[in-house]
Amino acid sequence: MLEIGGLEAGYGDVRALSGVTLSIAAGEIVALLGPNGAGKSTLLNCVAGLVRPWAGAIRWDGQDLRALDAHLIVERGVALVPEGRRLFGGMTVQENLELGAFASRAWAGRRTALERVYTLFPVLAERRRTVVQALSGGQQQMVAVGRALMASPRLLMLDEPSLGLAPRLVAAILEALGAINRAGVAVFLVEQNVPAALSLAHRGYLLEGGRIVGEGSGASLMADAHVRRAYLGPLAVRSEDRPYPQGGHK
Amino acid sequence: MTVLAQQLILGVLIGGLYGLAAAGLSLVFGVMRVLNVAHGELIMLGGYGAFWLASLLGIDPFASLVLVIPGSLLLGAVLYWGLFAFVVRAHEETRVKNSLLIGFGLALALHALAVRLWTADERSIPTSYSGAVLAVGDLAIPLVRLATLVLALLLIGALQLLLSRWRWGKAIRATAEDWQAALLTGIDIRRAYLLAFALGTALAGAAGALITVAYSVSPSIGLEWTLKALIVVVLAGLGSMIGTFVGGLVLGVAEAASAATFGGPYREIVGLVIFVVVLTVRPRGLFGR
Repeated sequence: MLEIGGLEAGYGDVRALSGVTLSIAAGEIVALLGPNGAGKSTLLNCVAGLVRPWAGAIRWDGQDLRALDAHLIVERGVALVPEGRRLFGGMTVQENLELGAFASRAWAGRRTALERVYTLFPVLAERRRTVVQALSGGQQQMVAVGRALMASPRLLMLDEPSLGLAPRLVAAILEALGAINRAGVAVFLVEQNVPAALSLAHRGYLLEGGRIVGEGSGASLMADAHVRRAYLGPLAVRSEDRPYPQGGHK
Repeated sequence: MTVLAQQLILGVLIGGLYGLAAAGLSLVFGVMRVLNVAHGELIMLGGYGAFWLASLLGIDPFASLVLVIPGSLLLGAVLYWGLFAFVVRAHEETRVKNSLLIGFGLALALHALAVRLWTADERSIPTSYSGAVLAVGDLAIPLVRLATLVLALLLIGALQLLLSRWRWGKAIRATAEDWQAALLTGIDIRRAYLLAFALGTALAGAAGALITVAYSVSPSIGLEWTLKALIVVVLAGLGSMIGTFVGGLVLGVAEAASAATFGGPYREIVGLVIFVVVLTVRPRGLFGR
């Protein structure tokens, strides 16, 4: 469904992505893991049309997304929950959600989409008239996810949805992502919380220094020595794990 | 005491027009991050539009709003496509600089055009009801100016309604808050920019027509009105049109009070004092977010 090949991108003279190749099939949950500065956000922003890649291909159902303005990419069914949520702070919960359905493909069905979001996050229904600035971080994240869902996407991309949230709320957000996926939406998840991301994801990619350095199923990455050492801390490294060899990690 | 009260009433009456003049500037700056220094010249054009409709076709200046507003809307769209569409492609920091240059150029061109078309003379629109006054005790309220205040409030209210109810009105507000997030919700922000600029020009045109019927118009009023509008935008802050209207009233009253207290020449200074004080003490303005 989404095919990225040989993607190169950066800001000014600084390269952020080199030769990134990955794919996401319909209905999948794919996690993208990597340290800060690895280029995870740049990758999502390239797909969403906010960052113009230098070279490479981004194909969605065979169509090149690089030629499209960001608002037209939403129109094709690809939605992004950006890092830091980026809600319209001065507007109410309901106004934020309704704007999520702005794409003409989604506008006519916004009433049913709104009910779906309120079913997924009942607390938002209670606070629909509240200005989002007055909400807690967790509720704001629900609005951000809900706003992206309002576009009725076939691929939902999320950039660190658990950032700054209490563990209980992280669980709630991830549970919601599972429910969204079971409704047929593919999910592409950038997440610092590696165990949570890998327990949810079907597959994952490791991005380091702008390159894909590993990929595998959620379970196999979870068991991987390098992943455990780099993302789960020294206590998570089991004694039988051999030291990670230079290069060649797969 | 009566003299002061009379001055303050006149201050409120012109304050409504300050608010209306500032609303368009505030909308354009808030959404596009473009400072249109030719805003006063667009006001001036609206004034001459009403003047022409009255002197050539005999249309009542208040009724002429029905033509001046759509005409200005169209002019705004043309100016956006011709001049400002290029500016918004630039990075946000270069935008203001580029828009200043384009705005000054546009202001000079429109000023020259107005001198050519209508001469440098001051024009007003005399009507059968021009001198009518509402007497309240010892105080006299000029009816034409009262009508401009009411119309200014109605237009601001209509704009507020448009921005809060209309699909593209919401898109304009979303773009003003965060243009990248607006893009991510599927809003074509170029179109939001175009609509904001056209609406801002329409407000300027309406303000110009009302200024011409209640006061007068000449080719050189542009800079003065750009300045008043800018002071009100700084005073009120971005984000609330009603707040901008109130800011206009505050400036009008402050001018009247300082003129009555310190003498006429101090009328123009108080606005600049407000400008500096607000920027130092409360940079986001009285009602700004």
